[in-house]
Amino acid sequence: MARALSPRRKLITTLAAWSVALIIFFPVLWMILTSFKTEASAVAMPPQFLSASWTLENYADVWARSDYPRFFLNSVVIAVGSTLLGLVIAIPSAWAMAFVPGRKTKDLLMWMLSTKMMPAVAVMIPLYLIFQRLGLIDTKLGLVLVLMLMNLPIIIWMLYTYFKEIPGEILEAARMDGAGLWNEIVYVLTPMALPGIASTMLLNIILAWNEAFWTIVLTTTKAAPLSAFIASFSAPQGLFYAKLSAASAMAILPILILGWFSQKQLVRGLTFGAVK
Amino acid sequence: MGKIQLTQVRKSFGEVDVIPGIDLTIENGEFVVFVGPSGCGKSTLLRLIAGLEDTTSGVIDIDGKDATNLPPAKRGLAMVFQSYALYPHMTVRKNIAFPLKMAGMDQAEQEKRVERAAKVLNLSNYLDRRPGQLSGGQRQRVAIGRAIVREPAAFLFDEPLSNLDAALRVGMRQEISELHQSLQTTMIYVTHDQVEAMTMADKIVVLNAGRIEQVGAPLELYNFPRNVFVASFIGSPKMNLIEGAEAAKHNAHTIGIRPEHITVGDGPWEGVVGLSEHLGSDSFLKVAVEGLGTMTVRAPGEVHARHGDRIRLAPAGKIHRFDTNGLAI
Repeated sequence: MARALSPRRKLITTLAAWSVALIIFFPVLWMILTSFKTEASAVAMPPQFLSASWTLENYADVWARSDYPRFFLNSVVIAVGSTLLGLVIAIPSAWAMAFVPGRKTKDLLMWMLSTKMMPAVAVMIPLYLIFQRLGLIDTKLGLVLVLMLMNLPIIIWMLYTYFKEIPGEILEAARMDGAGLWNEIVYVLTPMALPGIASTMLLNIILAWNEAFWTIVLTTTKAAPLSAFIASFSAPQGLFYAKLSAASAMAILPILILGWFSQKQLVRGLTFGAVK
Repeated sequence: MGKIQLTQVRKSFGEVDVIPGIDLTIENGEFVVFVGPSGCGKSTLLRLIAGLEDTTSGVIDIDGKDATNLPPAKRGLAMVFQSYALYPHMTVRKNIAFPLKMAGMDQAEQEKRVERAAKVLNLSNYLDRRPGQLSGGQRQRVAIGRAIVREPAAFLFDEPLSNLDAALRVGMRQEISELHQSLQTTMIYVTHDQVEAMTMADKIVVLNAGRIEQVGAPLELYNFPRNVFVASFIGSPKMNLIEGAEAAKHNAHTIGIRPEHITVGDGPWEGVVGLSEHLGSDSFLKVAVEGLGTMTVRAPGEVHARHGDRIRLAPAGKIHRFDTNGLAI
């Protein structure tokens, strides 16, 4: 049963929650505000808020100076492509680990997760050289592959957690009812795990969209996504904060919209299994 | 048809022999109950027959054909699980029709069979509901419906009533028995509840540590238990087992007397009542008898004995005798 909170305690909790939320959101808010300031206002000291001069010029400049639609399209292809490819590999893997576990399944899962603890820079040179040899530098396929591999442990872990929640007896019932492996996955497992698969997909699209190490290291122009688009505004003439902020706002806007509309699904996905 | 024959069926998990080797024949149309304490291997045996577990060695014949290596779907059996195992995202109609759909049956025939099963199981008004909107008993009926429509060679029930409350359990027990009467199909039923076993079975298989202790009709097991284990497992309350001098008087290592075969009043044994339970139709007494230990007595009607009363008891029925190995003499 939920504990009843006193009004005073409720007020304090609410204020604390709002404070934490504001602290987390402040850089994003400041970035959005800066994107509407002139360059002079953006770098003024002390920082300007109400007295700043507001303009839409930064957005017009950024749009005119770069090929935003191309970067956007690259981001979509890379984020969605790496997530879908990851799911194709992760669904059977997670199925096997959840329903036909071996003695080493837990160790295997921990090992997969441990690869996420490795700093990306540690494998930058070998990976770069491999990509160079295979002709994958600055290709969308290369980025789809590398981001899929980077996020695969998370996709498998999330799906494994979802699949573990599905009672094994239901799948056995399907087997008794005459379903082969394919029908079992299509008619029983997938519909039951659909909320989990959807939230795994959403989270991984967001992770891939925001990835800014490999996307910058392994691309130059052709396959560069929006993260590289932002980076292109920080050099070489020096920093133009207002334009950089406008570019950043344009880069995060699509994913912010996606996240906003799917927040219920995301929260459910991230707390699945933890809250009953 | 639904004759099932097990020949030296063995199952081990790693180095643990769960079922060391079982021979058993289940005749067509029989209602067979596997009964035994938790961990005795009864569910494993059922799963081996179903094909949900692979046998380590041995042969499982279904209707004269070797089914040992057939996948579950190809064995022509239907199973009702303890947790019902209904598909939560499908309506009752789709749940029941699922095995027919998997068999590639045409839509009209599917509909006909679903309607017929629903009528038999009183589910006609619930066909468009999801399992989450049903009570425990209704869910169990859907699970049975899903099994019926396949017209299987045999039904396998894995403790199907253990999630239901006591009243509902009695009702469902009767429904399953009636279903067996009307279908005349082989049924194998796993339970740890010996009352279910006694009331439903044509034949009971008592299992202990993966071995068959005795196979027989309910009253055969009750009246002529082959060993101490069966004697103490079948019958409720449990048989009183006495060793020592009292047993020696009957030329046995152990003697067993059922609680209903002891009378209160005059008799050779004197003891103090520890616990008395009055059910109206019967009275259960736990009596600490000097030299024999605690004895359970089931007396018909009302017996006016309270905690601390001294009473005398007498054996008034069959005394079962067992040797040093626990086997019936």
